[in-house]
Amino acid sequence: MAGLEHILREHAFFAACPEDQIALVAGCARNHRFDPGQYLFREGDPANEFFLIRHGKVALEIAAPAQSPIVISTLGEGEIVGASWLLPPYRWTSDARAVELVRAVGIDAACLRGKCEADHHLGYEMMKRFAPILVKRLNATRLQILNVYGKR
Amino acid sequence: MPLLTAAAQIDPFVPQLYKVAHVRRELSDVVTLEIKPSQGSRPSYAPGQFNMLYAFGIGEIAISISGDGTDSTGFVHTVRDVGAVSRAIAALDIGATLGVRGPFGTEWPVTAAEGSDILIIAGGLGLAPLRPAITHVLANRARYGRVAILFGCRHPEDILFHDQLAAWRGRLDIAVEVTVDHADSNWHGHVGVVPALIPRVSFSPHDTVALVCGPEIMMRFTANALRDAGVASNQIYLSMERNMKCAIGLCGHCQFGPTFVCKDGPVMRFDRIERLLTLREI
Ligand SMILES: Cc1cc2nc3c(=O)[nH]c(=O)nc-3n(C[C@H](O)[C@H](O)[C@H](O)COP(=O)(O)OP(=O)(O)OC[C@H]3O[C@@H](n4cnc5c(N)ncnc54)[C@H](O)[C@@H]3O)c2cc1C
Ligand code: FES
Repeated sequence: MAGLEHILREHAFFAACPEDQIALVAGCARNHRFDPGQYLFREGDPANEFFLIRHGKVALEIAAPAQSPIVISTLGEGEIVGASWLLPPYRWTSDARAVELVRAVGIDAACLRGKCEADHHLGYEMMKRFAPILVKRLNATRLQILNVYGKR
Repeated sequence: MPLLTAAAQIDPFVPQLYKVAHVRRELSDVVTLEIKPSQGSRPSYAPGQFNMLYAFGIGEIAISISGDGTDSTGFVHTVRDVGAVSRAIAALDIGATLGVRGPFGTEWPVTAAEGSDILIIAGGLGLAPLRPAITHVLANRARYGRVAILFGCRHPEDILFHDQLAAWRGRLDIAVEVTVDHADSNWHGHVGVVPALIPRVSFSPHDTVALVCGPEIMMRFTANALRDAGVASNQIYLSMERNMKCAIGLCGHCQFGPTFVCKDGPVMRFDRIERLLTLREI
């Protein structure tokens, strides 16, 4: 547990997070290793864990019939994978595949949701950390779909 | 300060004759031309400047100088075929003649950036006007702090100067990251927009100069992301594009608010144009 607390404290997502809250989250955490090509999760599956990437690259993908999966974005060291655990119905809306060897910490979603319900300070802290990431990703997606490199 | 070369100072309206010495197809709609003066030597230029290239009987367009330092006897230009003039220029064969006026415009602040970390951020064809700056920085590597090149484009097959990016990436003293907006799972690099690469490279935000070139929307998003990362607006430089005619600040074609892109730009400091970038009808 002390090892996991240390890993969480070092991760960009928990930068400047109060120690007691890191200890609470660490109680829901476990280490993962994903080999290249292995899936962290699949679209439609229950979103019962989200991941903090320590090393490696993860591709978020949408499977498409009769063609290779379409990659929506890639995420790397210091980033988080998965937001569907935050909102009902808690199901993944894309696949997440390890592009290379990935080491990550998984946070059990039911465990963390329970702790956030019981301790609203923790819940608010989590929301303050997730909301800017979600907004940044929304803005990035807007730029991505604009096709800015095309001919005018 | 806009730089006018000796030739342009003599009569900036008279094109000098150049011949195409080498043609390289970069992408399906992009070629790089190496051109040499039919007489005499070419004027000197600074990274970031552009020439007006004249396709006889068709028209004249602004094209940045994209040389990589090996072009001491001529100019190198990378041209994307988007319309009548650029198509005619992109179709020129070895030995063909074209008219050249220039070089014109402001330069990338590669000398002022010495001693600082330097972030070079390009989108699509925006890598071409940055190549002379990259070459300069790499040739004088010891004068800079950390150096990172971030490049984004639409698809993996649209990566400009692919071999050169790979060679730069092979150096151990700079960081090079490439991302594409769209890819399938056969691509093993980053997928996402170029501003998302900024947090993935290390630099000291308070001592960093950023050079950004690409489509205007990409530059806006990138400049905002740089600022979010702590880089001051007066340390961020963008290369602007507007339609040009005279290229020497006389006709007003390239007006951008109170400035003329041909003489006050193309390289402009973000804090000086930030407000203009979000105004409509400019
Ligand atoms: C300072 C400066 C530096 C430039 N450097 C380069 C360069 O290194 N390489 C290069 O290929 N171009 C460069 N350009 C852009 C180039 O000048 C234009 O693409 C060119 O003027 C188009 O002329 P045209 O007659 O071929 O097409 P037009 O008939 O003028 O336009 C045809 C179509 O292309 C669209 N279009 C025009 N310009 C662009 C553009 N920049 N990007 C995307 N679509 C466009 C038009 O909206 C129109 O739909 C630069 C422009 C400036 C101002
Ligand atoms: S092109 Fe004439 S003023 Fe700039």
